[in-house]
Parts: sequence; C-alpha cells; structure tokens
Amino acid sequence: MIQLKVNGVRRSFDGDPEMPLMWYLRDGLGLTGTKFGCGIGVCGSCVVHQNGAAVRACMTPVKAAAGAEIVTIEALGSGFDGALHPVQKAWMAHNVPQCGYCQAGQIMQAAALLKSKPHPTDADIDQGMAGNICRCGTYQRIRAAIKAAAGEAV
Amino acid sequence: MNRIENVSRRGFLHGVLSTGAFVLGAQFVPEALYGASPEDGAASLTSGGPAGDPVGATAFHPNVFVGLEPDGTVVIVAHRSEMGTGSRTSLPRIVADEMEADWSRVRIVQATGDAKYGDQDTDGSHSVRSFFDAMREHGATARTMLVEAAALQWNVPVGECEASPRPHVITHVPTGRTVGYGELAAAAARLPVPPKESLRFKPRSEWRYIGKDAAIFDLEDICTGKAGYGMDAHLDGMLYASIEHPPVLGGKVASLNASDALKVAGVRQTVAIDPFKPPHAFQPLGGVAVIADNTWAALQGRQKLKITWDEGANASFNSDAYRRELEQTVRQPCKVAWNVGDVDAEFARSAKTIEAGYYVPLLAHASMEPPVAVADFRDGHVEAWAPVQDPQSVQETVSKVLGIPKENVVCHVTLLGGGFGRKSKPDFVAEAAVLSKKTGKPVKVVWTREDDIQFDYYHTVAATYMKAALGANGMPTAWLQRSAFPPIGSSFELNNTYGSGGELGMGWTDTPFAIANFRAENGPAEAHVRIGWLRSVANIYHAFAVQSFAAELAHAAGRDPLEYLLALVGPDRVIDKKDLGAGYENMGADYRDYPVDTARIKRVAQLAAAQAGWGKRNLGSGQGMGVAVHRSFLTYVATVVQVEIDHQGKVQIGRVDTAVDAGTIVNPDSVRNQFEGAAVFSTSLAKYGEITATNGAIKQHNFQDYPMCRIHEAPREIHVHIVENDAPPAGVGEPGVPPFAPALCNAIFAATGKRVRELPLTRSGLV
Repeated sequence: MIQLKVNGVRRSFDGDPEMPLMWYLRDGLGLTGTKFGCGIGVCGSCVVHQNGAAVRACMTPVKAAAGAEIVTIEALGSGFDGALHPVQKAWMAHNVPQCGYCQAGQIMQAAALLKSKPHPTDADIDQGMAGNICRCGTYQRIRAAIKAAAGEAV
Repeated sequence: MNRIENVSRRGFLHGVLSTGAFVLGAQFVPEALYGASPEDGAASLTSGGPAGDPVGATAFHPNVFVGLEPDGTVVIVAHRSEMGTGSRTSLPRIVADEMEADWSRVRIVQATGDAKYGDQDTDGSHSVRSFFDAMREHGATARTMLVEAAALQWNVPVGECEASPRPHVITHVPTGRTVGYGELAAAAARLPVPPKESLRFKPRSEWRYIGKDAAIFDLEDICTGKAGYGMDAHLDGMLYASIEHPPVLGGKVASLNASDALKVAGVRQTVAIDPFKPPHAFQPLGGVAVIADNTWAALQGRQKLKITWDEGANASFNSDAYRRELEQTVRQPCKVAWNVGDVDAEFARSAKTIEAGYYVPLLAHASMEPPVAVADFRDGHVEAWAPVQDPQSVQETVSKVLGIPKENVVCHVTLLGGGFGRKSKPDFVAEAAVLSKKTGKPVKVVWTREDDIQFDYYHTVAATYMKAALGANGMPTAWLQRSAFPPIGSSFELNNTYGSGGELGMGWTDTPFAIANFRAENGPAEAHVRIGWLRSVANIYHAFAVQSFAAELAHAAGRDPLEYLLALVGPDRVIDKKDLGAGYENMGADYRDYPVDTARIKRVAQLAAAQAGWGKRNLGSGQGMGVAVHRSFLTYVATVVQVEIDHQGKVQIGRVDTAVDAGTIVNPDSVRNQFEGAAVFSTSLAKYGEITATNGAIKQHNFQDYPMCRIHEAPREIHVHIVENDAPPAGVGEPGVPPFAPALCNAIFAATGKRVRELPLTRSGLV
C-alpha cells in the first residue's frame, strides 16, 4: 500500500507500484487534466508537481511518489475560492491554447519555472520549457504569457 | 437546402434544452434526398405534435442549431469538431452576432454525428466558409421572431421594435420599453418562421462579434484541466484496450502466444481483430488487443504478447529505394494534367534551360492526443465518444465493420487534442466498437505515441521535377512541372496511383504564373502505407517545388526573388477558370465567389515583404531572407522567413512575417493564432519531418526519433498581418503551412548560397 497526497487529499494505492503516476491519476482518480502524450517523458503533457517540483507523471512510478504531495492542474489555483493561478490567468489573457491538449502540462511546467526563476529571461524560458511540445505551435504566446505572469507567480 | 424550422415543441436535445425553450432547427440535406414532398412534412411539423412524436418518412427532420431558454440562456449547437482551429467558437459567434445575443449568455453544445447537420467533416479549412451564411440566417431568424414576439406582447407595430443596440433585449423605440430575450422565449416558440426573403441581415458596420477578437469558448476549461478530450472519456465499467497492430500494412497474425500477457495483473483477455479487406479505407488494421482493467495493465500485457506475422506484399517497401523510383518517374514524361502552349517546342529552341528536382518525404500527423475512443456496443447499437473530425464517418465505418445500420451508431464528439487530418479517419473508433462487441463491455482503445507514429495515414511522399526555359529578361518562356506521389485515393481504391483532381488542384493545376508555355504533369506511384490528408495536404510538396524553383530562376536571372516572383505572377487579373487545369475543383467553392485573383496574390507578397523589411534591412553574413506565396483553401498567404546560420552551420529561424488574405474574418485573434502555429508546425515539417520504412515497417517510434519543433527553436518572432477584405470568408486552418518551407529554404539560399531541394533539413546538415 502506497500512501501519497494528491491535491490535498490522502490516497492509498494498492496496485502495481510500477504504474506511472499519470495512469493512476487518470484511470484511478479520474484526474484527467494530466495528459498522456508520449509515455517516455519527452513531451511534457503529463507534468505535475511533486513536492512543488515539476515532474513527468508518465515517468514517475507511483512508488516514487510515496509520501509525496502531488498537485495537478485541477488544483494549481488556490482551490478554495476557484481563484486561478497567475500562470493560468496569463494563459487566458493571451489566448494561448489552440487544441489545448498540451496546455495543462505547459502551465504546470511554467508555474514551476516561475517558482525557481520569478523573472525568467528568454534563455530561462527556453531552458525551462524546452521539454514541453505544443504541436499546434503556441510557443510565442506561451513565452508572452510566462513573461506576463512573471513576478506574480509564487 | 438550409430550411429553418421552429421546433420548440418537439423535445429536441433532451436534457440540454428545457420544455419552455424557443428552438430553431434546420437540415442541410439536399431536398432531393428527403422525400418527394418535403413541404408536406414541414407542414406537419410546424403544426406541432407531442415531443418525440414520430413523423412520416417524408417529413422534415431538422436538427437544432439555436435554442433560447426562458432564463435568457442562448444555446447554440456546434456541429463541427474543435481541434484547435476555433470553429466551435467562431460559428456560434456568427449566430450570436446576427441574433443580437449577449455572448456571455451563450452556451455551446456539441452536436453528435448526424447527416442532418450537413457536412460535419471538419477538414479542408471550410467550417466558416461553408456555414457563414447559414449561421447568419439562424441568428437573423431568431432575432426577427423575438422582435415579432415583443411587438405582439406590447401590441405595437413590429417596425417600432428593435433588437439593438443593447444585446439580448428588444426595445420598443418610441417608449424606450425593453423586454429580455428569455421573457420572450415562450411567445417566440409559438410563432411561424419568417421566410428567408423577409429577413434583414445586419450590415457589416453593425457586426457585434464578427471581425472582433474573442477568447475561445473552452479557454478556462482548458487552462484548468476541465476540458474533455477523447482521452478523458469514461464510462462506468469500461475496459481498457491496447492493440498490437501488424507492423507492415496488410500483415496478419501467423501465431499468437498470449499466456504471459494474461498473467499480468489486471489483464482480462486478448482479442484478435480481423485484418481489413482491401482497400483498407477506415477499417481497423487488425492485430491483437489486450483488454485490461486500466491502461497501464493493457500496455504491460501487450508487451508480453508473442506474435509472429505474415507480413504480406508491403514487406518489400523500403523508403530509400522507393524515393529513387519516384525520382526516376518524374524524369520521364508523365500524364498531362494541365497544358498551355507548347513547352517542348520552346525548350527545343531555348538557349537557356534550368531544371531541378525536389523531394518531400512521408510525414506523420502526431497530434498531441494520440488516437483514442470509447465505444459501447449494446443490442446492435453502438454509442461512441471520440475525438473525431468527422462523426458521420464514424457512423458509416462502424456500421460497415459491425454490419449494423448507420442509424444505430451514435457518435459523441469530444474536444480533439489536435487533429491535422488524422482524426477524420476513424479506424480507432471502429476498433473500440469491435472490441466492445467482442467483450460485451464498454471499451476504451488507447493508442500509444508509438502506435500513432507507426500506424498513421501518412502525408504522402512526393518527388517533383521542374524545368524552365529563360528568355532574354530572365523570365521563363516555358515551364514544366512533374510530380509523382502515392495518392490519397490509394487508401480507398485498389491500384489508384495517380493524383486526383483535388490533389493536383492544390498548387499544381492552379499555378498562377503568366507564362506562355506551361505544362503540369503527374506520374504514377504505388502506396505501401496508408496515405491520408495532413494539414494543407498536396499544397505542401507542390508549393515547395514551385516556390523554390521560382527563387532558383530569380537567381539564374540575377534578379531579386521578390521582384521576380511578382513578375512571374504577372499583371493584376482574375484568372479565367478555363485557363486553369481541366476540372480544377477550387475546393468545391463557386469560382465566381472565389476566383484566383493575382492582385490578391501580389498584395500579400508585398505586404509580408514590406513588414519584414525586404530589401531595406541590412543582413549580416550568414543571414538571409526568403519569400514564398501560395493560394490554398481559397486564402492568399505570403511568408517571409529570416534565418541566420550559426557558427556550427545550423539554421536559426529569426523572424517570420506572414500576410494573410482570407476574405472576411470572424475571429482575428484565432486567425493570428492559426498562422503563428502554422509557422511552428512547418518548422517541425521542414527541420525534422520524415517517416521512413525498412521492409515495410516504419522506423520512427516517438518524439525522440520523430522530433517536433520546441520552444527554443521556434521562430523567435512570428508576425501575422491580416489583409482587411470584404470578400467572402475563406480558410485559415491550413493555408499557413505551404509557403513556409520554401520561404525557409529560399532564406537559407540567401544566407549560404546552398540550395536545399529535399526535406527535412536534417538531410542537409543544417539542423
């Protein structure tokens, strides 16, 4: 039995400890905001926060999240009053998404980036976001939204 | 064709619209198809009947497009699929504009697949073009009836009541009294529909939403993880399936040992899926499915399958050898698709001829959401939830594969995590339906990224050959272009080896150059993988050849590439349709509304160039600018790309300027987003896009060997310049793609003197 906390709720997992966290979140808990894109950790659609750091949920076995606090896109905002995270607000202000499928991962990655670098340079954004693919090609808006959210994200 | 009816009392969209709502419906089926006396049917309908009352076979069966609830909520049905192009927002905004509805009170409901909606196949960049007038008619009809309802309520002349300037209320002009839309729903529901001829459409100057930037309807849901994609569809009690497909197209299972797979915890069973009967069309590929309690268990079980395959005839396919065959084909005379003058005679007498061959390989769609579907087979009926571009094609395919009537198939359309053409081929939905029938449970079929890359309907591989004779001023006196590519038709018909009129009409039989002797040819090519349409389709390889070759001729003539390109297009004129290739299809649009207009071609080229600082910007060594212009999906697009070759000899894309003339625009911000995205999509295509095969099996697997452009290598600045134009709306989803790769390669030539004639750039050492 693996204990972990997902979006503030204690969970016990008794399935295959090797199961990627992504499938547990999606199939087990119905938290479908975290997306399956590549399954090998190269597209970033499945990024969640583990103890505050961005991780690839498709490459994180549930056993590696034992005792951890996991936050998914569903709880990135304050969660209490429905308030959005500054990155989410910036994403909306810039109309970033097209199909939107990768954007939860992009937002989670950007929120983690801003936590470590509150005022990222273009090079910081390149480095921080290079692991996230957007097939629709919204990178220019992603960059603008990150800059707009800079300094506001905590 | 689009006949609007008041269907308020017919109980449509149960659970979505309340019984007190005012509801308008229509059907787009040509009248000839719905019975001998549609008027009779319509009459019986408007006389009203109990909700759900079956009507006669000749009756008019409309589908709902607009509803108004007593609380004022306007419900608008989106009948086209949303894959990121914004049509789920744009089309309802057209209705809301003409209806004078308050957009913040609009709720959008996604339609299921139903022929009564007309064409739901969301491809070809025509959602707005094909439904602009119909959406306006719905909005104007609703508004007119609400005005009438208010006038009746107040017992005043209709002419004294207006639905503007305040949205969502009718105002009695002489007294200033107002009444909200919701309060009028019940009264409007009892009114007859005014004839189309009596409708007053808003003049362009009064448009409230059309032409104004708007956020997409699903924006907040997307940014908070609530948006529902096919990957997120869930039914209680459903099982999960992962399918091992034959590695070579047409292969069959020779032997299967599933014992290890069945030992994996959570795996329930394996199910063989029958191989398709050629032509494959949208049938499942066959193979072995592992059925499990969750996706992970299905994937684990699948890895433990032991299968040997009878690979069949396509095991002879090797993409390198195939390329040489294609290139040989286009070096020989091929089938003439369009001829003007006498190219051969001119070549024979010309002092200077130039020739070049170009090559674009197979490409995969690689939408971020791999193919996925949930299907529930029950008592000869199938209900499916899937991210599909064409839910009617789901109905047809599932019906054929399972041998049940089409009417027994319901397809719910989720949001699509990208489509790019892949998701109008519903083979993966048919797989889910087959597996649900065989297991007796709802089944979710999840394709991995590897499945997506290896079992795509690939954008075809194309070789082209170009030859021109240059006159004294360096302009061509004769131009020959030949292409060979396995056509899309090969997926639907055996021995189909030549490009269709539709494919050749995408940049091959409509080349808008003023050249006295011109011939376009097309050669045969056999398909060994599934071929399908991908964002901008045949325009990709046609524009690559034509726009690269134009720049090569400019260089040979010692002239500026932009000036030369404009001279090739020649004087301002609307090209007569009969002067284009025979049977030119013009995307199915009326040529009188959407002719090839060379002034519009030149205008976008000049605009993109001016904005990019063409000829005015000092470029350093290793820097260059390239231009290309291409009309596709009835839209005129020019792109100027600026590149720099870094100290390692790798290309960096700096600034991109794209000028777009797509006629009337509904949501400019969405249009900008599409063309920004097209530059990135095309960067992937140009730098990396290549699917290869050995012995019939695809060699690429995932994003590590089929790479995508990432944020650090995307064009640093993409500027989209929209030409304001009152012309009828054209397409925006696809036409940004074709000019990009040739503009990029022209820029590389300007920077380095090296001419790139094959994609991707990885083959030229530039990446």
